[in-house]
Amino acid sequence: MKRTLLTGNGAAAWGARLAGVDYVPAFPITPQTEIIETLANWIDTGEMPGRLVTMESEHSMITAAGGAAATGVRVFSATSSQGLLYAMEMLYSVSGWRAPFVLVNVSRGLSAPITLEPDHNDILAARDSGFLQIHCASCQEVLDSTLMAYRLAEDERVRLPVIVNLDGFYLSFTREPVQIPDSSAARQFVGPFDAENIRFRASAPESQAVAVLGGGPYSYFRYETHLAAMNGLAVYDEIADEFSDLFGRRHDMVEAYRADDAEYLFVMMGSFANKAREAVDRMRDEDWAIGLIRPRLLRPLPSSRLQQLLAGRRGVAVIDQNLSMGMGGVLHSELAAALYGRSDAPPVVASFIGGLGGRDITTEEFFEMAKSLRRAVDKGRTPPPRLLYTESELREVRQLQAIAQVERQHLGEADE
Amino acid sequence: MYRIRFHGRGGQGMKTASRILGTAFFLEGYEVQDAPRYGAERRGAPIFAYVRADHSLINERGIIRYPDLVVVADDSLVAIPAAGVLSGITDHTLLLINSADDEAVWQERLNYRGTILILPVAAGIVDRSELPYAGAACAGAAARLSGVIAQEALEQAVKDELAELGPEVVASNLANALAAFNTMAPHAGRVEEGALVSAAGYRPPEWIELPFDDARISSPTIHATATSVMVKTGLWRTQRPVIDYDRCKGCWWVCSSYCPDGAINVVDARPVVDYDHCKGCMVCVAQCPPHAIEAVAEQQAREEEAGLPAEETP
Repeated sequence: MKRTLLTGNGAAAWGARLAGVDYVPAFPITPQTEIIETLANWIDTGEMPGRLVTMESEHSMITAAGGAAATGVRVFSATSSQGLLYAMEMLYSVSGWRAPFVLVNVSRGLSAPITLEPDHNDILAARDSGFLQIHCASCQEVLDSTLMAYRLAEDERVRLPVIVNLDGFYLSFTREPVQIPDSSAARQFVGPFDAENIRFRASAPESQAVAVLGGGPYSYFRYETHLAAMNGLAVYDEIADEFSDLFGRRHDMVEAYRADDAEYLFVMMGSFANKAREAVDRMRDEDWAIGLIRPRLLRPLPSSRLQQLLAGRRGVAVIDQNLSMGMGGVLHSELAAALYGRSDAPPVVASFIGGLGGRDITTEEFFEMAKSLRRAVDKGRTPPPRLLYTESELREVRQLQAIAQVERQHLGEADE
Repeated sequence: MYRIRFHGRGGQGMKTASRILGTAFFLEGYEVQDAPRYGAERRGAPIFAYVRADHSLINERGIIRYPDLVVVADDSLVAIPAAGVLSGITDHTLLLINSADDEAVWQERLNYRGTILILPVAAGIVDRSELPYAGAACAGAAARLSGVIAQEALEQAVKDELAELGPEVVASNLANALAAFNTMAPHAGRVEEGALVSAAGYRPPEWIELPFDDARISSPTIHATATSVMVKTGLWRTQRPVIDYDRCKGCWWVCSSYCPDGAINVVDARPVVDYDHCKGCMVCVAQCPPHAIEAVAEQQAREEEAGLPAEETP
């Protein structure tokens, strides 16, 4: 096992390589491209067997991935943001085919306005697609989760595609120390892809594009997919135990950081949760009983694990790096649904929206969120959702709008 | 924790500088984070890269708000606000500027009370395209300023990061890195690790409630035409195409068609370079049939321009 500096993109590529991937349909998009460039280079130099094919779009890429997985080969692909959305039609299709493979998504905010920096609206748009989702907070997790994702996807109780998510820039382009497992140990862990009853072969026609008229059969197939996704919870725990035994690193479906005796908790996903961890440490220095809960698995949602971890706490602050227009934070509503009606649920579950389009969340803002959470608990009233947004940020936007107004007068309206 | 930021232009090796320094810290047993930050830009555009190094796991992430050391590879960036060179600097920050001007000049120019040091890599380099070597030099200087990186670790880091580019590139970068490492010897250990943010007595964020604005205001629309004209992409240029009108045959459709930025205008049947927007790709220099366009180092061109009467500049 070698410990070296790797970017999140490099870690994802290593995950695919160590999993013994056979086929990589690919299409470039920032900030993901480094993953397929790395794999293309290894395949080109012969360091990695397998075949990489550049497709004409993400829609075709996911179709090719599903088609290849249906023949029983191990498939890897990667995308981001607009690319994931362009593939959306096929995400739902290939999960319905029950074709297991691993897709890495490098999170990036969605257009419009267009940006390169991360938030989770892209990955959450795929929430209901039938792909399982693992959310990473470090480059090590990206590598390890990619290996674990193959086990999860290919397990006979699940057999669904899995997305491993990492944040653009904060992980994709950031190097940090990563243990690269020995190839033999990784192979032993992932094992061969036992294609079982998957036998889509040349000269043996099968149709994956089945039409069912009438809700009965349709409901059956869709609900079976849901049950398979739910099986992912128990299967994940087994895989996490085995991974920990082999490699000495634990990746639970929900990370609980300094949470045992915590009265207050932050709940958030992805690499920005590291910032929450830093804030927790600083607040613990000042004797705050506070901790962090970080779901790694979002689909299936580890509801009962979250219920256990949050039971009896005084208050919870959910920080969503996403925004469902006309509703609010997605994780907040999922958590509220998981807790509803339970007598031991925390009385206050506050909602914060932050980190949209890579907007930083400062340590001081975590302190302030905790403070307003404590105030809310003391008053016994859940505060309205808050966007983390400062006066100086609005001032900056107002300046841009003033320039736009002047331009409109000087350039635009003069043309009319 | 050490928090170090490198500022330069695309192509000057700032990402490489951060990787060399990151690897050097790592070889010395530190936990490390290094990352570049750029948008949809290209060679010559301002970029920065950063390094965090600590003895324990690093939870901080993303851009460095309050750097302990800022290394500036290209002093022409200091005057460009969008480059953010001075962002978050405090009296605690050490500023290392690659410049031909001395400390006193910069101290006065920036009205800065902290420490400024000069790295004289630019001295003797007229052609900014030679500044890629600045990356290794900046990493070498930063390594020495930290005071915790031995020469062997720096050497190994340069070799590790540049091995793919062949022995000649490694050798020249090694020489530059070590020269800067030695130049900074009198200042070894001058960078101080920054403090942690305390949860007691911090400055609270000035949160506001975002008001509703009418879609006419709040949609991300550019109402006017030709606003990109206002972005002076000519600032990215390290080399300047200069047309010799004595040799120009007036076949303006060649150079103006090949220009990928539409930065060659036609005035009275003569091609005229729009230096506000020419990014200095030198495609026109390669395409000009009578070889009437010359590539001149931007800095040299500016100095000559400053000394010339205005009417001689076409």
